[in-house]
Amino acid sequence: MFKRVNAALGARWIAVLFTVMFVAACANNPNNPNDPNGLASNVRPGTGQDFVVNVGDRVFFEEDQSVLNSQAQTTLAGQAKWLNRYPQYTITVEGHADERGTRQYNIALGARRAQAARDYLVSQGVNASRIKTISYGKERPVAVCNDNSCWSQNRRAVTVLNNATN
Amino acid sequence: MLMRGMLKTLTVFPNLREIGRMALRGAVLLGFAAAFSQPASALVEIDITQGNIEPLPIALPSFASEGAEGSVAADMTSVISADLKRSGLFNPLDPASFIQTNMNVNSTPRFGDWRQISAQALVTGTVIKQPDGRLRAEFRLWDVFAGEQMLGQQFYTTPENWRRLAHIIADAIYERLTGEKGYFDTRIVFVDERGPKDKRVKRLAIMDQDGANVRYLTKGDELVLTPRFSPNRQEVTYMSYGAGDPSVYLLNIETGQREIVGNFPGMTFAPRFSPDGQSVIMSLQQGGNANIFEMDLRSRRTTRLTNSTAIDTSPSFSPDGSKVVFESDRGGTQQLYVMNADGSNAQRISFGPGRYSTPVWSPRGDLIAFTKQHQGRFMIGIMRPDGKGERILTEGYHNEGPAWSPNGRVLVFFRDTPGANGGPQVWTVDLTGYNEQRLETPDFASDPSWSPLIN
Repeated sequence: MFKRVNAALGARWIAVLFTVMFVAACANNPNNPNDPNGLASNVRPGTGQDFVVNVGDRVFFEEDQSVLNSQAQTTLAGQAKWLNRYPQYTITVEGHADERGTRQYNIALGARRAQAARDYLVSQGVNASRIKTISYGKERPVAVCNDNSCWSQNRRAVTVLNNATN
Repeated sequence: MLMRGMLKTLTVFPNLREIGRMALRGAVLLGFAAAFSQPASALVEIDITQGNIEPLPIALPSFASEGAEGSVAADMTSVISADLKRSGLFNPLDPASFIQTNMNVNSTPRFGDWRQISAQALVTGTVIKQPDGRLRAEFRLWDVFAGEQMLGQQFYTTPENWRRLAHIIADAIYERLTGEKGYFDTRIVFVDERGPKDKRVKRLAIMDQDGANVRYLTKGDELVLTPRFSPNRQEVTYMSYGAGDPSVYLLNIETGQREIVGNFPGMTFAPRFSPDGQSVIMSLQQGGNANIFEMDLRSRRTTRLTNSTAIDTSPSFSPDGSKVVFESDRGGTQQLYVMNADGSNAQRISFGPGRYSTPVWSPRGDLIAFTKQHQGRFMIGIMRPDGKGERILTEGYHNEGPAWSPNGRVLVFFRDTPGANGGPQVWTVDLTGYNEQRLETPDFASDPSWSPLIN
């Protein structure tokens, strides 16, 4: 789980993620005296950090697909539970594609992915009026190497809290 | 004794709004002269209907200068030579091989000297500074084997406009020798890209078709994509991530004024003008579906052209406006479809292995260019509007987004390179597929779109 959080370097979360990476690094080190139980215990519940670190803000897709696999559904169910507990947040689901497609199609494919994630959240009880979607197509990669290990991280839908505090 | 044609000049006051060049302030005069009729059989010509063309050897001795400042005459000759060379149809000969030297527009060519170095065409010229500060450029195009003048013209312009004048002369030479309209006095709008791959800044930019005179049209504060030229105004339509939903915009290149196209309930993208410039066709995203809509720019009326649960995008009109080619994954993967302009009777036209996208109809109407993906390779290809006669012009790691030159002979597209330091660059390829060239840009560049002929 923490490994995936480590990869989750969205531009909007730079500030948050410095902490996340620190926490994750601590969690991965059982000898660290500051984090004896291996949990992100210094993250305040109900914060943006809590959402990213303990719930997971993104789900991933197969090539040219917008189907949610079981791992994605688990993550989204967790997001829904969290969002239902903290109703003060509105969210934007950002859909993204990898670079191995043409620009216009990828814009629509990202939108399809965002819509799939949104629909799942709604099915789990999140009020649709709290959710906006946007697609960035292939324009906002988070991983830039030249193989599937990066492309698979870019094929994603990211749930962004619009009014988060730390 | 040589028969030499006279230089004929007809002064034309171009409509500044139509021409739309900021640099063209004041009385810009463009000249025109008729070709001098000679027996057609005697004249050198290029048959550009052939597949692999042997470039025509052409000699372009540096234009003479009379009172013109600096190296403008030599610079103009270089621009003309570079235009002709890049077309792939001409082979400008090395000036070091020239036997007859110090040529000007009134020199009598010693045709034997030019035949000896295998020149088939010869261009002579002179650039003269006028008392009022303008430049007068005169040139003659000669058939070396027939020993005859094929063309003689003179032009007036302001000194800062010298590059454009060179392109106009190159167009005249191209047109006289190929029988088709030139495309050198044109511009390309594109997306300038800079910064690391995961923090790319994109700006709309415009340049002459040879890469000169780059000018930026947006500041880089908003993500901008897929600019397309208006066929008859100094406008581009493009997609931008501003406030609210990402949307299709119109931008006036001269005034910088911009506006959102329509008031759609969702993201609009993949815009393109109709051939008469009076409407924009684009995709509207609603939920997981993208459908194609047209908006009349005068009445603001919108028309839905497709109604599917698929991704229908990248629409492009046929030049007569009667049909639209687009891509859709309604059959499972991205393929090309042609429908009537009212949205009826959509028929799939692409059937080869792989995925087809970004179709664009040639301004001549005879071909559709596209991107094709197959087995991890990205290709630029062409096919006839009925889907037959598919030919791949270039292929590699990533080639995308072809756009036509206004005469339908050349495609401009972008080629991306892999990895963290990779980025797109603009390339051109002609219909033969043999003449592929990179177009120099200041930084990474993508989504090129060609202007119509300015005149």
